[in-house]
Amino acid sequence: MKNVTLIARRELQSYLRTMSGYIIIAVMLFIDGLLFNAFAVAGTAKPSSQVLAEFFTLTSGITMVGAVFLSMRLIAEERQTGTIALLYSSPVLDVEIVLGKFLAAFLFMCLFFASTTYMPLLVAVYGKVSLGHIAAGYFGLMLVGASGLAIGTFGSALTRSQVVAAVLSGVMVLALTTAWLLGKVTDRPLTDIVNGLAWWGHFDAFRTGLVHLKHVAYFGLVTFIALFAATRVIEARRWR
Amino acid sequence: MIQVEGLTKYYGERAAIRDLSFTIAKGEVIGFLGLNGAGKSTTLKVLGCVLLPTSGRVLIDGFDVSRDPHEIRKRIGFLPDTPPLYDEMTVSGYLEFVAQLRGVTSADLDLRVDDAMRKTSLTDRRDDVISTLSHGYRQRVGVAQALVHNPSLLILDEPTGGLDPVQIVEMRELIRQLKGEHTVLVSSHILGEISQICDRYLVIQQGEIIARGTEADLSNLLGNAGAVEVEVTSPAQAAIDALKAVAGVTDVTLTRLEGQTAQLRVVGTGELRPQIVKALVAAEATVLKVDKAATRLENIFLKLTHGKDAP
Repeated sequence: MKNVTLIARRELQSYLRTMSGYIIIAVMLFIDGLLFNAFAVAGTAKPSSQVLAEFFTLTSGITMVGAVFLSMRLIAEERQTGTIALLYSSPVLDVEIVLGKFLAAFLFMCLFFASTTYMPLLVAVYGKVSLGHIAAGYFGLMLVGASGLAIGTFGSALTRSQVVAAVLSGVMVLALTTAWLLGKVTDRPLTDIVNGLAWWGHFDAFRTGLVHLKHVAYFGLVTFIALFAATRVIEARRWR
Repeated sequence: MIQVEGLTKYYGERAAIRDLSFTIAKGEVIGFLGLNGAGKSTTLKVLGCVLLPTSGRVLIDGFDVSRDPHEIRKRIGFLPDTPPLYDEMTVSGYLEFVAQLRGVTSADLDLRVDDAMRKTSLTDRRDDVISTLSHGYRQRVGVAQALVHNPSLLILDEPTGGLDPVQIVEMRELIRQLKGEHTVLVSSHILGEISQICDRYLVIQQGEIIARGTEADLSNLLGNAGAVEVEVTSPAQAAIDALKAVAGVTDVTLTRLEGQTAQLRVVGTGELRPQIVKALVAAEATVLKVDKAATRLENIFLKLTHGKDAP
């Protein structure tokens, strides 16, 4: 655990000391604010809870896309610059490298979540929303962010190019997002399985203020599988 | 300290190193010589637990690189051919991170980091951001990270790469200082850079060891023991005749003739230089140079790898 903390702290410092992370978060915030203003707030009068639910829907999509860009550098950059040799030659487990990097990206992603809180606060000022709804929504966003970053970490482990890493992770996220399309041309029970793969279906409960264990388990499983795969890729690199 | 038996590493279908076997004793400084792509870096990466071997056995302090890499990593400091530096960190911050990663306790942290910076003359640059450092200083930080946890084995892959002549001398001096405290493996393809600091050499070509031993061993291997290089002004024939008459000389060859200057190679047994000088003076030849030919490592290396002498 000590090594995970060490690697996470260094990685987080790297996010905080370089511009790329701030730029990605700034773009995410800009688009989120724009969409919030254009879709969640605008239009006919609607209940505050609906505005809040739409805010979480928009933010979850931006979180998933942003996660791909925030995580693309995690391992690819280490391979590109050769610093991976430092980690490989140190008494550190491969899983500690992956967890440390993932943890740093997740903490940095939380900076984005914190920066979006002005929008639910605006809804709370001008309407009536429950704290439970906000808490459930943000918990869901964290789960979405964690699974997106884990997929991004896996993509980043596959290549030394950050651009290729982003493309690979983007394709994986897109596959998870559009899995339900495949459900239209398949029969049960395959349809149920394919429909169950789409992440936004599992986020639906969170956006309305509900927390179901099965949805938490879904995001937990996606995160675990992606991080496990990233670890295996790093291990396999030693043989190549 | 290090036992290597039948070490082989394939990259896809291509063998980077093939069936390498050697042993290295504690405290030795070993030079890995080879041209670019000969397999030096791959060998050092396997010893540094960065890569796993395709086959063969590597034991370091009794631990196997395939079975107990974690134990080995605690005992080694590795500098790859490109120093593994995080550009946005300060020198001291980076060294603290590496030290902690390699198991240095909080109580020893400051001591170890200060010691590594002192040995590599980085103390004045401790607060500098790494991205602002020159190539020479980056290389020093690379060496500092390798020794910050005081490992018993130091693996330095081309530590003099890209340095200017003054920096090369400083780096050589640094490695010389590390001798005794650590077992050191150092690689280079520019032989003059490590010719004065190593106890033994392993010459690698196309993934195989083609020669090993001290500089003298390598020289003997090529039959150069006792060879002397002589430079005189013409006429060369008079000098050759005089040299052939010297007791102990078995062969004299003209290796180069440039204008009035003739370069001769004298082969024989024992210390020939005093007799050679006397004979040349007696023959009224103007002596420009008398030196042991085989001590030039470039010659040995080029002969081993290309079968020809250095120009």
